[in-house]
Amino acid sequence: MDSGARARRGRSRARRTKAIPVSETSPASEAPVIDEATIGAAVDAALAAVAAARSTAELKQVRIDHTGDSSVLATANRSIKDLPKDQKAAAGKLVGQGKGRVQKAIGQRQGELAAAEEEAALAAETVDVTLPVDRRPRGATHPLTTLTDRISDVFVGMGWEVAEGPEIEAEWFNFDALNFDVDHPARQMQDTFYVAGPDGGEGSGQILRTHTSPVQARSLLERGVPLYIVCPGEVFRTDELDATHTPVFHQVEGLAIDKDLTMAHLVGTLDALARELFGGEPITRLRPSFFPFTEPSAEMDFRCFSCEARHGLDHDADPACRVCGGTGWIEMGGCGMVNPAVLRACGVDPEEYQGFAFGLGIERILMLRNGVEDMRDMVEGDVRFSQHYGTEI
Amino acid sequence: MPRIPLTWLAEHVTLREGAGAESVAADLVSVGLEEEAIHGAQVTGPLVVGRVLALEKEPQKNGKTINWCRVDVGPEHNEDADDPKDPQPGPEQPSRGIVCGAHNFEVGDLVVVSLPGTVLPGDFAIAARKTYGHTSDGMICSGEELGLGADPEGEDGIIVLGRGLGAGLTGEPGDDAIALLGLGDETVEINVTPDRGYCFSMRGVAREYSHATGGAFVDPVTTVDAPEGTRGGVPVQLRDDAPLRGGEGCTRFVTLEVRGTDATAPTPRWMSRRLTQAGMRPISLIVDVTNYVMLDLGQPLHAYDAEKVVAPIIVRRARAGEKLTTLDDVERTLDAEDLLITDCGGPEGDRVLGLAGVMGGAETEVTDATRNVILEAATFQQITVARTARRHRLPSEASKRFERGVDPHLPLVAAQRAAELIVQYGGGEIDHRVTDEGTITEPSAIDFPIADAERVVGVAYTPEQVRSSLEMIGCTVEEAGAPAGGSGDMLRVTPPSWRPDLVVREDLVEEIARLVGYEQIPSVLPTAPGGRGLTRSQRGRRNAGRALAEAGLTEVASYPFIGEGVFDQLRYDAEDERRRAVRLLNPLADDEPLMRTALLQTLLPVARRNLGRGEESVAIFQVGSVSLSRGEAGVSPVPSAAQRPSDEELAAVQDALPAQTRRLAVVIGGASGPGSWMGDAPAWGWADAIDLAHRVAASVGAHLEVRQAEHAPFHPGRTAELTVQGADGEQAVVGHAGELHPAVIKAYSLPARSSALELDLEAVIAAAPAVVEAVPVPTFPPAKEDFAFVVDQDVPASAVEAAIVVGIGDLAESVRLFDVYTGDQIGEGKKSLAFAVRLRSEDGTLTGEQIGAARERCIRAVEDAVGGVLRA
Repeated sequence: MDSGARARRGRSRARRTKAIPVSETSPASEAPVIDEATIGAAVDAALAAVAAARSTAELKQVRIDHTGDSSVLATANRSIKDLPKDQKAAAGKLVGQGKGRVQKAIGQRQGELAAAEEEAALAAETVDVTLPVDRRPRGATHPLTTLTDRISDVFVGMGWEVAEGPEIEAEWFNFDALNFDVDHPARQMQDTFYVAGPDGGEGSGQILRTHTSPVQARSLLERGVPLYIVCPGEVFRTDELDATHTPVFHQVEGLAIDKDLTMAHLVGTLDALARELFGGEPITRLRPSFFPFTEPSAEMDFRCFSCEARHGLDHDADPACRVCGGTGWIEMGGCGMVNPAVLRACGVDPEEYQGFAFGLGIERILMLRNGVEDMRDMVEGDVRFSQHYGTEI
Repeated sequence: MPRIPLTWLAEHVTLREGAGAESVAADLVSVGLEEEAIHGAQVTGPLVVGRVLALEKEPQKNGKTINWCRVDVGPEHNEDADDPKDPQPGPEQPSRGIVCGAHNFEVGDLVVVSLPGTVLPGDFAIAARKTYGHTSDGMICSGEELGLGADPEGEDGIIVLGRGLGAGLTGEPGDDAIALLGLGDETVEINVTPDRGYCFSMRGVAREYSHATGGAFVDPVTTVDAPEGTRGGVPVQLRDDAPLRGGEGCTRFVTLEVRGTDATAPTPRWMSRRLTQAGMRPISLIVDVTNYVMLDLGQPLHAYDAEKVVAPIIVRRARAGEKLTTLDDVERTLDAEDLLITDCGGPEGDRVLGLAGVMGGAETEVTDATRNVILEAATFQQITVARTARRHRLPSEASKRFERGVDPHLPLVAAQRAAELIVQYGGGEIDHRVTDEGTITEPSAIDFPIADAERVVGVAYTPEQVRSSLEMIGCTVEEAGAPAGGSGDMLRVTPPSWRPDLVVREDLVEEIARLVGYEQIPSVLPTAPGGRGLTRSQRGRRNAGRALAEAGLTEVASYPFIGEGVFDQLRYDAEDERRRAVRLLNPLADDEPLMRTALLQTLLPVARRNLGRGEESVAIFQVGSVSLSRGEAGVSPVPSAAQRPSDEELAAVQDALPAQTRRLAVVIGGASGPGSWMGDAPAWGWADAIDLAHRVAASVGAHLEVRQAEHAPFHPGRTAELTVQGADGEQAVVGHAGELHPAVIKAYSLPARSSALELDLEAVIAAAPAVVEAVPVPTFPPAKEDFAFVVDQDVPASAVEAAIVVGIGDLAESVRLFDVYTGDQIGEGKKSLAFAVRLRSEDGTLTGEQIGAARERCIRAVEDAVGGVLRA
């Protein structure tokens, strides 16, 4: 029971003990004379008492005093039957009308007083709604989790599926299946954590995956084609933690393999993602690049969503723009048409099927989209970082 | 990565009108050469040539003597009249007054003057200033002040045109000295992807620039007359008896000798400036020339002192244990895969001169005394050089180029060009005898359907666009007619010698796409065939995280790396399987070489960090991977990726991977909420941990059973073992929840009674039924019955509850324990458990008899199952 209810109960007890004023009209013990003066006086006295009642309790007493059994009007009413026949009608009319007026006045007054009393009672129950009401802190999901889910949902909405794979991965899936030759310089581009073999030395054939691309190879092998998947997940490179690098970070890769997919479909997919992530009409740009598992390869840039540049190629970027650094473009990641060597290694006939792949860093998107300035905030586990977002970003 | 001075680039390709570094960078980006940095002009503002018209030497109190000079800086910059309060020396005429502390110039000399507004290297802005009693209206500059270094002859401080740093230069007062001294050169630093080795040269970048802009490109190779000289140079033998991956380590080896040169002759200023701009340090004429030609053409060269080389030169693989002191003065033990340049100058004949394509040795390097120079220009196998450079951690300018591939047609041209430059600036003559061992491997032709580019890119390229793009990059394109059984025209495309990366059709497609422009590609959203949505596991994970967030917990991240001491700190037994961690060969931190085997191992430190940062309580969770090593079996083979490996091969790769699963962990401790006017929030405790486990299970549609257990790192008397019913009907352990062991709480500085939970989330999700069956919702009124049973202390409440449910049967709608009592009234070793039971029937309102019978069944069942007695 709340404190307001307790208070109400206390007050009503107090009211019951209060003395009820006695009506000034003393009850008539004998039948009054039924004439206009007498009845008129009784009605006037009753109406005055009704008007003077200051509470529903007082009004109740007024009702008893002026319409109760021993009241003038009731007594007069009872005595009508004893009157001569020719007087009955006039007397009945006189008393009935008088009674009617009094009862109407009581009813009206009852409504007014009850409303006023309820209003006063509710007013007395007023609480301070600005008091703190949080008894248990609100929780939160990590914004990287929320953002990853959101990106996944964009693709699920387009009919793609979300694929996952192990973080400690075989070199074959991470490199060989993706056309990274053992001696290819690209294999040295990435700073890889190697898993020690049983003797503690080299040769385990295992690494911490350097990208989520091995999931592409796994999905091609397990699910076959046509295939439309996104692969979000944690990846690892031997970078020391600083404001813009972390050895453990998140990527989301996309892979679409089907008949007749071209780079135009890659551009269309990236446009759709940019629209969902940053809003507005997206402008994306591809720049020639190189990745062993795609050919042709490209770096994808999104037009800055923050400064003037968002309005189009004919608008200059703000030189001091935090998001694009004044270039008008945000580097998002790599992409390209899947190299036929990858398809062959995964048992897909490149003469029949082709497709595209792309990869984005989720931390980077969070930094750009939500203005996170220091990557350390995302990885150190400080609850204040997550709590700010709750479960939406 | 390569730095491209614009003036050097402009020597090979016509730049756009007025092109600056940004414009050049943008054009290079458009063909795939990413901008890394722009190194701007070293000097900006009015740096001009001035003529000293008069000077007055004024001794100062501090012992120095300064020159008060009248300098003509050209009509545009001269003041018409002297300041009457501070007249300049000599007859009045248009000029500026400048104070200078150096003395290596005299009246009539042409000097370099930085006028107010000039910014010198180091962001040093020049302004008029009062000094030594005069207003110095500018500064007469030294080489060091302009970033040109000291006078090479060591005489001049101030630059005087016509000698020293100003050698060969002249001008009129007022002339722009930035251009005169080459100080305005901007440099674009680019990032070259591994497939474009040829862009590690001005030749290659100029070609790409011309592709981007259409600017006229002159291949510098065509400006060199390769020697037609006779054979019979230094004898060279190529003896690779252990080719790597089937390839010879050295396929071509050219030498050319310059005789009678002066190794001490200075490097021309333009060359040392270009080397500096390109990021290399000028050293001596011969070394500078070899570097210059390498930067220009892309062919690494090596120069030997001919008098120290004892022919023949032999190129061979190293013998295990052989040693070489490289030019960086490090003695290196060689590997049998290293390719060596050797000669016969050792005490027993054989001597190692250098690591082929990586770095030369100290013994035969050129010195000031060198008169005769042997220039080496070779073609080395990419793999051989890459492995050697990596093995010895020697990424040299030469190895960077060889491991990406060097045009095999270059050696003779590059050697000739270098020889010519040495002769031009150091004198001597080129020996007409040339050594050219080995052969040139020409690239293989690619059969290319003309429609392939459209097939892959989605742009309707015209046959003309296809052909001209391929020809532009240097391919030879021939018509090959229609393919057998196919349709459309075929081309036979032979890539140029400098493009070893062009091997398959898609490589050619990329060239066409990037030259016509990626911006031509339209945007088309593909229509996927309709997916199945999120998997059960993916949905479950989201639900679990959301359930915990709604219970007031915050999701955090932690790295998966742990140290070896964690297992003892968490009180694992010696045999605990969680000690079987995967070990990293190259961990970031030596004290954290292992991968976590349980999530609490990395979540507890996060709890400590938050408390250390001022949080007063902790309520955090994480969902993350853990792994267990397979020990001896943990070696994944690496099958060939030339085709799909067999199922057995794939299984072998897969089965050796560590067991990995996604787990969920929670750490809670301290007050569960803020102190409030409504009263203090209770502290998080063991019961909350178990409740959170149930909430997680419920959120994924699963149900957990709880059993008393002991399990590190938990309190031995306050640990719940959590199980799910497996497909076989057996209960399988999926995690633990409860209070942490006091020693663990102390070790991580957690609030007293902190509690935790760790679950194999995947196993919990997998235990959920595929379909949750409906239960009826009867509308007949319930009957409420309370029971209190006295049982032995060690009887678990869950056992009593189970007995009640079994005893009452279907009528039991809910059973809820609402009181636990121990004390005198019921005797030692006993406890009283009070349950509120709701009975309800699907068939009608329960009668007194039905309720009484249910009570009886309940009491009997509890007595039979756990010896419980109904409390009177």
